[in-house]
Amino acid sequence: MTDSHKSQVEDLHLVNLTKTFPNGATAVDDLTLTIPAGSFFALLGPSGCGKTTTLRMVAGLEEPTIGRVYVGDKDMTTEPPYRRPVNTVFQNYALFPNMDIYENVAFGLRRRKVADVDAKVRAMLDLVELSTLGRRKPSQLSGGQQQRVAVARALINQPDVLLLDEPLGALDLKLRRMMQIELKRIQVEVGTTFVHVTHDQEEAMTMADTIAVMNLGQIEQLGAPVEIYEQPKTAFVANFLGQSNLFRGVVSGTEGDNLVVDINGVKVALPTSLAGGRSGKLVLGVRPEKVKIGSSERAHELPRNQVTGVVTDASFTGLSTQYLVRAPWDQELIVFEQNLAASERFENGAEVVLAWEPRHSFALDADEDLTAGLDEDVLDTIDLVADLSAETES
Amino acid sequence: MSATLTAPGAPTNAASSPEPNPPKKRSKLPYLLLAPGMIWLAVFFVIPLGFMFATSLQVPINPDNPDKGYKPALHLHTYFDAISQYWQIYLRSFAYAGLATLIGLCLAYPLAYFIAQRAGKWRYVMLVLVVAPFFASFLLRTYAWESLLSDNSWVVKIGNFLHLLPQGRILSTPIAVIFGLTYNFLPFVILPLYASIERIDPRLIEATSDLYAKPFTGWRKVTLPLSGPGVISAALLCFIPASGDFINARLLGSINDRMIGNAIDQQFNNVRDYPTAAALSFLLMAVIMVIVTIYIRSAGTEDLL
Amino acid sequence: MSAPTVSHGGSAAASSAHSNLPFGRRALNWWRRHVLAIYSIGGIAYLLTPVVWIAMFSFNQPLGRQNTSWHKFSTAAWTNICRDQTICSSVRVSFSIGLLITVVATIMGTLITYAIVRQRFLGRATTELLIFLPMATPEVIMGSSLLTLFLNMLFPLGFWTITIAHIMFTISFIVIVVKARLGSMDPRLEQAAQDLYATPPQAFRYVTLPILLPGILAAALLGFSLSFDDFIITNFVNGTTVTFPMYIWGAAQRGIPPQVNVVATLMFVGSLTLVAVGALIARARRKTN
Repeated sequence: MTDSHKSQVEDLHLVNLTKTFPNGATAVDDLTLTIPAGSFFALLGPSGCGKTTTLRMVAGLEEPTIGRVYVGDKDMTTEPPYRRPVNTVFQNYALFPNMDIYENVAFGLRRRKVADVDAKVRAMLDLVELSTLGRRKPSQLSGGQQQRVAVARALINQPDVLLLDEPLGALDLKLRRMMQIELKRIQVEVGTTFVHVTHDQEEAMTMADTIAVMNLGQIEQLGAPVEIYEQPKTAFVANFLGQSNLFRGVVSGTEGDNLVVDINGVKVALPTSLAGGRSGKLVLGVRPEKVKIGSSERAHELPRNQVTGVVTDASFTGLSTQYLVRAPWDQELIVFEQNLAASERFENGAEVVLAWEPRHSFALDADEDLTAGLDEDVLDTIDLVADLSAETES
Repeated sequence: MSATLTAPGAPTNAASSPEPNPPKKRSKLPYLLLAPGMIWLAVFFVIPLGFMFATSLQVPINPDNPDKGYKPALHLHTYFDAISQYWQIYLRSFAYAGLATLIGLCLAYPLAYFIAQRAGKWRYVMLVLVVAPFFASFLLRTYAWESLLSDNSWVVKIGNFLHLLPQGRILSTPIAVIFGLTYNFLPFVILPLYASIERIDPRLIEATSDLYAKPFTGWRKVTLPLSGPGVISAALLCFIPASGDFINARLLGSINDRMIGNAIDQQFNNVRDYPTAAALSFLLMAVIMVIVTIYIRSAGTEDLL
Repeated sequence: MSAPTVSHGGSAAASSAHSNLPFGRRALNWWRRHVLAIYSIGGIAYLLTPVVWIAMFSFNQPLGRQNTSWHKFSTAAWTNICRDQTICSSVRVSFSIGLLITVVATIMGTLITYAIVRQRFLGRATTELLIFLPMATPEVIMGSSLLTLFLNMLFPLGFWTITIAHIMFTISFIVIVVKARLGSMDPRLEQAAQDLYATPPQAFRYVTLPILLPGILAAALLGFSLSFDDFIITNFVNGTTVTFPMYIWGAAQRGIPPQVNVVATLMFVGSLTLVAVGALIARARRKTN
């Protein structure tokens, strides 16, 4: 793609976007967002959070109940999809089965009566490395190849915005990783704004410059991957993005640059800069990979914030060992211990000390629902298993 | 270059309390697409039924000479006459049609099941063969049965040998008529059954045997209920046209096997007693509408087509 | 705690045990596995029996006028189909009506189907009910009520009244067949087409129609067959026009000539051939590339 295309790409503005369906369900709730030209943007959230509906409103496949969609200065809200400078890569690719690959890719160009179709199609097929397959039908291609055709078919039209609706969901793990890198490379080269919808948080963090975490039709947090991962602002983000240990606590004093927070009798430090101005009750959080685990004898070698507990599960995953540790107040904490040869392995029942650096903590409002963002089905299964094992024991 | 939650550069007024977007103009397109066919149906299906109802209320212009024609009136008595004279024929028609439907379902279900779940790559060939007889004149096929079931055919000879035939013959008995009805409408029974059985995930059936059910029990408890909608469609698609049929009764039955279709045809084309014919038609239509309404109430209109 | 091992002696033992089953038991197993298939083949044979009879008797030289018992083999009927001109003219009439109504009803039915499946409109339940009703109405009633209409409107009975009637009752069947095909088509294909700058008519032309075509053709074939073979409704509204089924009915008293069997057999074989050719074309398309 040319530099002139890069300089022509416009910002995408969503203003007060709301979608209510006739049955009363609100899929998207007053969303306002600007996505800068040329960025790789991810809409991340569980199913039903409204991310796909938002995407479809940008594409023109859904009409917003309230709100406007702007590409640059132009109000696109009432324009049908075929008049928007926006193209979509659909979840199941939606390749036209009655046409071969060449015609699929050429489709948009032909409808817009663009000159020089042949050269452009060949160039695009080269870009996605499918040059030899031009005359095949979609059903004769593998999933990964179909996916690349879908991307080629959309990108060839040099849209201002490329929308991707969970395009990698149907691919197996290794292929998915490869395509993530591919898509990122293409985006940088082409300069089009990519808006990528996914429920896979690893995928979003790998590919996007900016992530918007969505829940129940609204944006919970917006920011660069590192930023929202290390400093989540809500329990939902803390639990949905990776995993978190969340403690309910009360500020009981200060100590230099830190606040002292009382968690169920244990006093830990929280840098004042990370407390977000909170005092009194709050929720303290720390990610499992930041927590060190050790025996009580070695407690003095461990970082400042310490909690004792008993190991209830130890799972070796190759990269790490994942521990579940029961704290004295019955909360189960998660620890990821990196697999360094020197590290000690603890077994079920071992009494251990968990410790983390104060600067690795984050703080949330006291009124947060600590189970937000956790998978409902997983929670139900955990309860079910607990009930069943209680029954078999008795 | 960071994304922002507010839209500072947003053109126009990102108002503080946005109003709902103006409702999209209702597209006229679907109505244009529907119009030709629906108007055709309205004019040539609905209106004629209305005319027929009006005709059923007519009286002869000259009471002594019905051939002179009929004039509009509100003579409901025709209906009472029709019911009192023809109620036995109605019952017979529904009985024949009902038996044909029942037998047809029993015959068709195993066949439909086989094609849907067991035939593999032969499935489409078999479906074509099921539908194929349909392409050969149904009149001729009924005549064929008239020959094949005639008094000196080997079918009757074997039947008599086994003492299966109460009257010593098949033709001119209810057996022939019901046989003909069953045969003629069998494809209409097979196809909906096939369609609904085909949708059943074979793994459900595997699950029943995994959970200790014998094949027949598995069929009874899982497959049969799941194919229920198909059974009902098939029953309707057979019973309704069968109850109005007159060809089978005419070609294969005797005077005593006359069905309501025969009566209507006779009144219309021979006797030319239009009010009576129309009343008979309407009564039949009424019964059918009751059945269809019950079906819709329980199944909804989505499955109609 | 020894580790599990793999042994290979098991399978040999199993197969020898299998062949040691008593004959009766093995026969029963075979029967259980195949009874459904046997039944089905029998069922299809039953369905085709009259057709075979019809074809057979097209090669018969009947003794008298009635072609109901086998006399001797002859191809006279095949070589001399139009000996009785009325047969051929009735076939011509049925054919012309059939082609005409197929075109009209298929177009109207396809438009209706597209509206029902892909669009939103008021009165959906009524529309679907109205399309369903002709299939649920006995032909006697449709025929007699149409006749009533034509008589009251003083519309002359004949070719055109037959055509009108046939279009009326085939629309519903066309809708059913096309709807099955359209319903199984992913609506996102049309959305993708619009996303790629195709206006709705262009999306229909380049994406929907090609995919829908097999269903439309099947519906057309069905419509044609329904029309060609229709007797009851035609009997009411035909006036003096003779279609092929009307000819058969009229000839039944005197005796149906074998030429009629020839025509019926040709129709049967012709339709099967069309279906087979269609399937072969579809398979050939899949194989190229």
